Amino acid sequence: MIPAIEIRGLRKAFGKQTVLSGIDLNVPAGTIFALLGPNGAGKTTLIHILSTLVAPDAGSVRIAGHDLVGGKDGVKRSISLTGQFAAVDEVLTGEENLRMMGRLSGLSASEAKARAEELLRRFDLTDAARKRVKTYSGGMRRRLDLAVSLVVRKPILFLDEPTTGMDTHSRRALWDMILGLAEEGVTVFLTTQYLEEADQLADRIAVIAGGKIVAQGTAKELKARIGEDVLELRDERDEVFREIPTGGSVGEIKRLLDDLVRSVPEGARLNLRRPSMDDVFVALTATPKEESVS
Amino acid sequence: MTTRTLAPAQSKSASFGAAGAVFIGRSLRHSLRNTEALMMAILLPIMLMLLFTYVFGGALDPSGHYVNYVVPGIILLCAGFGSSSTAVDVATDMTNGIIDRFRTMPIASMNVITGHVTASLARNLLATAIVIGVGLLVGFEPSADFLEWLGAAGMITLFILTFTWLFAAIGLVAGTPAAASGYGFALLFLPYLSSAFVQTDTMPTWLQWIAENQPITPVIETIRGLLTGTPIGNQAWLAVGWCLLLLIIAIVWGSWSFRRKAGRR
Repeated sequence: MIPAIEIRGLRKAFGKQTVLSGIDLNVPAGTIFALLGPNGAGKTTLIHILSTLVAPDAGSVRIAGHDLVGGKDGVKRSISLTGQFAAVDEVLTGEENLRMMGRLSGLSASEAKARAEELLRRFDLTDAARKRVKTYSGGMRRRLDLAVSLVVRKPILFLDEPTTGMDTHSRRALWDMILGLAEEGVTVFLTTQYLEEADQLADRIAVIAGGKIVAQGTAKELKARIGEDVLELRDERDEVFREIPTGGSVGEIKRLLDDLVRSVPEGARLNLRRPSMDDVFVALTATPKEESVS
Repeated sequence: MTTRTLAPAQSKSASFGAAGAVFIGRSLRHSLRNTEALMMAILLPIMLMLLFTYVFGGALDPSGHYVNYVVPGIILLCAGFGSSSTAVDVATDMTNGIIDRFRTMPIASMNVITGHVTASLARNLLATAIVIGVGLLVGFEPSADFLEWLGAAGMITLFILTFTWLFAAIGLVAGTPAAASGYGFALLFLPYLSSAFVQTDTMPTWLQWIAENQPITPVIETIRGLLTGTPIGNQAWLAVGWCLLLLIIAIVWGSWSFRRKAGRR
């Protein structure tokens, strides 16, 4: 089976500033892939390259079997992009936006109209269908934005920080939608700053920092990289003041506690828990500090 | 949630013509909903015609025939103002995420710009019709026959197209809508430094040279000649030449900037 996205040795610099320094990634078709990283790690640049907006400096990329440089049109036919900022026409109504995109995607006028109505219903925008997008709230705009991406089904969907600025309820609803799309065979490539999001959604996660992939694997594999269990120490006010990754064996924890008894203040309490994605993230992105890009 | 598929499979895309029509429809909707720009397109010609005929007209030409002289100038002045909003429309699109979406679709995304240009052409032809209509009401007496009217309409259309494309290019090059609006101002000054409102031989020599060798003057003289029978000479060729030259520069410059700005906002 052809991987949906295949990236080899991808590099990009803007002027003297290196943004991506040698990215290698494979995304199997029909899976959800999360690119996790802090601001300025190169996430958006990578999405822009994969969606044909920016040309790479070096390396090879194949999207749905099409070469990114030689087969741009094939790539464009296979992808849909929902960027970081809502890409909708503010002067038009929600319905007009959807119909316009339907027409641009080759639907007939009546197909585009029917499709628009269906999506408005599904994304809970029917009441606002005939209002101008200018009057929409942030959450409504984001929903319309995603609806626009789904006017026709493309095998690969790029989502750049899809839930940034959303409330919990809308975020959950969007997650359900993304999971539903993957079930139907759509490959979803998303970027996020939220560990929970990557943890909940993605089949595979790559952690990017300073323009490099510093780790990749399933959420479970990444967590395993920093040990089995985390020993949490809390002070009298029940606030965590120290976290220590451990291998999880009784012997190791006993030795650890023997050492701690001497160093921690009186009244400290301990708690043993599974590592969170935050632990993974801190452990993986803390080291290559010197190369961070804006 | 239902079990129906979220998105039906689709691999075709809109043809060049269909995409072009969609973008023209979009820009026309924008024009109709931008109340300020639309009001300006309709009211400005009326106000300028009345201003130049009744306020300045008597002083500039006491014989009372100034309206016959000034109609072509006001057509161009209105077309300049009317097409200047294209710079802001284009710059607004270029700074919005929607342009990225258009660029990642398998369509000719430059059609976004031609949509704005076409809508501007429609707005400004309407403004031109109003100038001529009001002109006729306040004493404009054109001597043109059918062919001359046709020639004048062609000249005006070519001029609007050229100016609109120049503003579109400014909108593409400018970083923000506000900057686009500022840069565009220089172009709006050109009609005043031409034979639009007074004959160039009333100006100081150095200014006369500028007025006679800038693109607006031959366009004015051509329209004036066609509508009121004044001599045209080689002005028509100069006018068409100037317009085509500027049009090509604007299209090449705009297309270059459009490609260069992909992925940058």
